[in-house]
Amino acid sequence: MTRLTERLKGGRISAHDVDRLIRTSAFPLVEPAGVTFVWRGEADAVRLRHWIFGLPAAQPLERVPDTDLWHLFRELPPGSRVEYKFEVVRGGEERWVNDPLNPTVAHDPFGANSVCSAFGYRRPGWTLPDAEARPGSLDELRLQSVVFGDERSLKLYLPARFRRSRRYPLLIVHDGSDFLRYADLQTVLDNLIHRLEIAPLIAVLSDPIDRLGEYRGGATHGTFLAEELLPRLQQELPLLEAPAARGLMGASLGAVASLATAWRYPGVFGNLLLQSGSFAFSDIGPHRRDPVFDPVAAFMNAYRANPGHPAERLYVSCGIYESLIYENRSMVPLFQDQGLQVRYEEARDGHHWENWRDRLQSALSWLFPGPLWMVYE
Amino acid sequence: MSTVILLGPQQPAPSLGPALRSCGVEGPFTAVTAGWQEREGETGDLEAHLSAEVLDLGLYHRAEDVFRRDRLLALAYRERQVRLKELQRLYRVRLAHALAALRELMAATGAPELLAQARAGALAALRTLDRQHLREVRKRHAEFDAHWQPATRGALAEHIEEIAGLIRNRAALLIAGGHVAILVNRLRLFGIGELLGTRPVVAWSAGAMALAERVVLFHDHPPQGPGDPEVLVHGLGLVEGIVPLPHARRRLALDDPVRVRLLAARFAPARCLALEPGTLLQVTDGAWQAVGRLRALAEDGSVAEVALP
Repeated sequence: MTRLTERLKGGRISAHDVDRLIRTSAFPLVEPAGVTFVWRGEADAVRLRHWIFGLPAAQPLERVPDTDLWHLFRELPPGSRVEYKFEVVRGGEERWVNDPLNPTVAHDPFGANSVCSAFGYRRPGWTLPDAEARPGSLDELRLQSVVFGDERSLKLYLPARFRRSRRYPLLIVHDGSDFLRYADLQTVLDNLIHRLEIAPLIAVLSDPIDRLGEYRGGATHGTFLAEELLPRLQQELPLLEAPAARGLMGASLGAVASLATAWRYPGVFGNLLLQSGSFAFSDIGPHRRDPVFDPVAAFMNAYRANPGHPAERLYVSCGIYESLIYENRSMVPLFQDQGLQVRYEEARDGHHWENWRDRLQSALSWLFPGPLWMVYE
Repeated sequence: MSTVILLGPQQPAPSLGPALRSCGVEGPFTAVTAGWQEREGETGDLEAHLSAEVLDLGLYHRAEDVFRRDRLLALAYRERQVRLKELQRLYRVRLAHALAALRELMAATGAPELLAQARAGALAALRTLDRQHLREVRKRHAEFDAHWQPATRGALAEHIEEIAGLIRNRAALLIAGGHVAILVNRLRLFGIGELLGTRPVVAWSAGAMALAERVVLFHDHPPQGPGDPEVLVHGLGLVEGIVPLPHARRRLALDDPVRVRLLAARFAPARCLALEPGTLLQVTDGAWQAVGRLRALAEDGSVAEVALP
């Protein structure tokens, strides 16, 4: 494989070699030192479009002379997981397409991207369906919200072997349906509970109707969760009463919404699971992000000025290939200075659902530890 | 003559029925499923598998009843458990350092005779620590029993008498796996060891652990925590000379010769036995022998088949 990619880089390859390469290889070509992206087809130009902050967003592939094969070698540290597309230019038209030679794609609310798993990355086994794991159930929960003035539809996850005689921890998940669709949340919960790595818990999956209106740190969303949703859940479900048995979870703006809610209702939610938080802030003057982050920055600056004690335990993670790594790294010492127990992890990944999926074992077993050590079935 | 049968996990495929037949153990059965906690008594699958009635002794729920009715005992019991938990925490602190020292020495290079001496010393310190801890735990239990004489107290005594009658009228007792600390505490609280007489006992997973001389908790790669095997409590001691390790293949790094070696040497001369699905051990008057395939962790770092008699 290395020899072939060297030949690609050197531009010495025959038509026969191209056919054989396409027929016999998995793409992109992964080696310990990096990855060779390959595109085959007629084009005026082909560029790699990736979501690695810090590198040029578009990187041109080079055409192997006298062939329709294009390639680009990119150093990629071991363990990286990168999502990408190709930008194909032909006849003045630019198209963004997934890599036709790579069947592995990751889905998100905007569609799907090709996935490049660098040397050493393996999808965790606990994210895949396990026939031995008893499945939990998923039902709809409807709630008339006064603060939002509308009816909310939520999803209620009950663990396998759920029974009303027992009391359970509660996890409220922001963007819950997306976590189900794109981060395999139900499979993950089923598996981690089955493996005794997390406590059997009840998860309430919440979806915004107006995400930008609800998840940018404003007070209304917190009121909905703490004063409308939580009392209803306490009334209808066998929940443990201690704040340590309650958690809020979210990624991106969902992390902002989680933190903002816990901040406005200290002592209510003992655990926070914050992934790739869109924690825009400024030390002085205006923040440097898009104006859409104005309300977020207003909240984050207010929080930083008066952080208080929003929760007891925090799990915080961020991808190294995200621009948000700066904000997330910056927040960790602030959380710690307030006496919060913080577990912070970075991954060689981007602002993606599969990044958030891959961190769930570490996060949930830290916040809701299971009886693994004591149970021998 | 007493017969104890130890089995591996009953998931994914139960081996209990064939094991009972091969050992000539017949019902009717009583069962302890206290390790299942709030699922205690849900023995439908068990009965379907055995095609026999299984009467659950209900130790988990009986204990709840005892503590509800005897508040003094409940408070004292809880206080004892808090003390034991603290004792375990302090033991873990010392254990982490003792194990770290031993692992470092196992990886070290140098003069062979000096290294061997240092390793032997570190291992001896580790074994002493385990022994001391177990002695302290036993002492707390003995003090509690001497002071409170729980078996003579109204609510508990009533249950014990009832349980004794149930056991007397059945041919054998089954002890299921689950939460091993809860299981062993309930077995001890109701004095099950003393009520058995010569009835056969069949136990699996945590049930098997509870019947050994000491309960050793283990998992080499938990998602949180150091994963250092630790001694929890003394078991009922119905079987001697073994440390049962249910789901060893899944829970232990059996391909890591240093970890295997340390675990085997730490508890020698007791044998660390891998209880996998299908494993069957027959124990007669405290002495055990394997029926079929059984693997043990060896002091040379290997996991070897135990020779059948």
